[in-house]
Amino acid sequence: MRRFSFHPCGNYRENYAQELTIFETDYGRISMCIFLLLLFFATPFLVSSYMLYVINTIGIAAIAAIGLNILVGYTGQISLGHGAFFGVGAYAAAVLATRFGVGFYLAIPAAGVVTALVGMIFGIPSGRLKGLYLTIATLAGQFIIEYVLVHWDSVTQGTMGITLPSPRILQWEVVGDRPFFFMIFVSLVAMTWFAVNIMRSKYGRAFIAIRDNDRAAEGMGIPIFKYKLLSFAISSFYAGFAGALWAYYMVSVTAEPFNLGLSVEYIAMVIIGGMGNIPGAIFGATFITLLNELLRYITGLLMNLGFITSSGLNMAPLREFVFGLAIVLFILFEPRGIAELWRIVRSSFRLWPFSY
Amino acid sequence: MDFFLQLLVNGVCIGLLYGISAMGFVMIFKSSSVLNFAHGELLALGAFFFLALITWANLPIFAAFVLTLIGCFLLGFLIERFFLRPLIGEKLIFVIMLTVGLAAMFKGMILFVWGGDLHNYPKFLPAFLALRWGSIYIAPVYTATLMISLVFLVLFGLFFKKSSQGIYMRSVADNQKAALSLGVHVRRVFALSWAIAALVASMSGIVLGIINGVNVHDLSSIGLKVFPVVILGGLDSISGAIIGGIIIGLLETFTGGYLSPSLRDVVPYIVLVFILLVKPYGLFGLVEIERV
Repeated sequence: MRRFSFHPCGNYRENYAQELTIFETDYGRISMCIFLLLLFFATPFLVSSYMLYVINTIGIAAIAAIGLNILVGYTGQISLGHGAFFGVGAYAAAVLATRFGVGFYLAIPAAGVVTALVGMIFGIPSGRLKGLYLTIATLAGQFIIEYVLVHWDSVTQGTMGITLPSPRILQWEVVGDRPFFFMIFVSLVAMTWFAVNIMRSKYGRAFIAIRDNDRAAEGMGIPIFKYKLLSFAISSFYAGFAGALWAYYMVSVTAEPFNLGLSVEYIAMVIIGGMGNIPGAIFGATFITLLNELLRYITGLLMNLGFITSSGLNMAPLREFVFGLAIVLFILFEPRGIAELWRIVRSSFRLWPFSY
Repeated sequence: MDFFLQLLVNGVCIGLLYGISAMGFVMIFKSSSVLNFAHGELLALGAFFFLALITWANLPIFAAFVLTLIGCFLLGFLIERFFLRPLIGEKLIFVIMLTVGLAAMFKGMILFVWGGDLHNYPKFLPAFLALRWGSIYIAPVYTATLMISLVFLVLFGLFFKKSSQGIYMRSVADNQKAALSLGVHVRRVFALSWAIAALVASMSGIVLGIINGVNVHDLSSIGLKVFPVVILGGLDSISGAIIGGIIIGLLETFTGGYLSPSLRDVVPYIVLVFILLVKPYGLFGLVEIERV
């Protein structure tokens, strides 16, 4: 049996394959296994059902945020339409499940594929535009999709919304937080695995080349339009997949939540978590979701305090303010996000006591 | 025919409002290439300052107006100093998201202080500004808007053509490094452009408030309506902003009047996508040519 390797004190990589490894050391591999075991076999049975609901929402947000990170963090194309794509996925799953009676195991990936196609349509402007012009084009995409979701009555039932049947495996209905926990987190692990590996392939390298310098990438023979479209497709596939999971989890779908605010929240997750970093997207999703829940709790608490209700102060805007403040502070003080903080903490442990 | 004419007049009036709201946005972009997502909130801040000064402090209209302009000038200065200066030379997404974050912060603050209700200014515009021509009626505030936007157009035109600060701003917008090496104080130019933009924004906020009443949600959604306007007119052209505004305003009222009222809000964005695909630099924008 070979010896376990622990963290080296410097960079001892000798070839490209070593550079590409996901886990630098066995130590990392073991701790990841322990984490996954704890996640799947301890968490759903120990925490309260409210906490489980929060964890599930984090899982769904993390899938969508990973998708957006592929587009924004790795390919460098800023999209303000991710919330709308999430909505397209939710509606696609709802329509497939109610109109065509498709089972959830097929409806969820199919919703992802439908969203990928929609994403590619809205990715077409990236052939001619880049930078802030592309951002404005995706902003327009957000409004157009939102309009279609509300006004295409024959398919989306307008403001009434669609109610989904609960997913069933053979005779067994998937209802409640715990079964959904497994559904969401198995998908999250699979999607993370896929994203990490696609970034180690030819496609991932092409994305990074486009982000770093698109003209140089084109000069090196990368067909940039094709790869940009591919990146839009992958990222919207993730959004659509997450949206479909969300639709099943929430049971009914209306167009309200898929507004510009949701798109901004996803970009905030990517930035706060760390751009161009897959675990970063998960950190960001956790941070923003927990922040939302915490602020909801605090505002609820403050509303019930006697002297605040009597003085007529409204505490609801606190959420908006703190959300904006979090984005601004992260951009000003740690633009590389929580992933970078996490790296600093880890390396300070590793290098202790000679941390220079 | 009367219906058509009334739509035409309404469209031009609304368009002028869009144009005047877009001017501050263009100012910022022209000198610092920052896409300001907090523009709607700047409009709202100006409108609410004015509201506070005339209703709570009971100042005369003129004094309140001047004080609001001064206050917003300083506010623009502070925003640049504390939030945007650290980001000079950073990636585009950070700058964009910073303004998005600022927008959320400002909106939260305004909601905290004034709430989400509709407030109204006391009426103060003289009635002789109203125009009536046959069956077509133009409210006094639109005449005032037309006059204000013309005055600002001329002022800004002169400012950018003649004054040394205006020429500095244009040079910084054109090439930051070259301007820096020729001795232009780039940071001062940025600060000044944010201050002027906040001033213009507050003024347009007040005009919008006179017409529709003061409400955070309405004013911040105008901040997003600005995008089709500036893309159509060209991101760095102030007269383009006015013309783009009028075209978008006409488009909105005509779709609202002849096709369907619900389509009205989304038409500008559909047009926006087509403009971006066909002529990304707009009608009057400067075409950026990249050389390898």
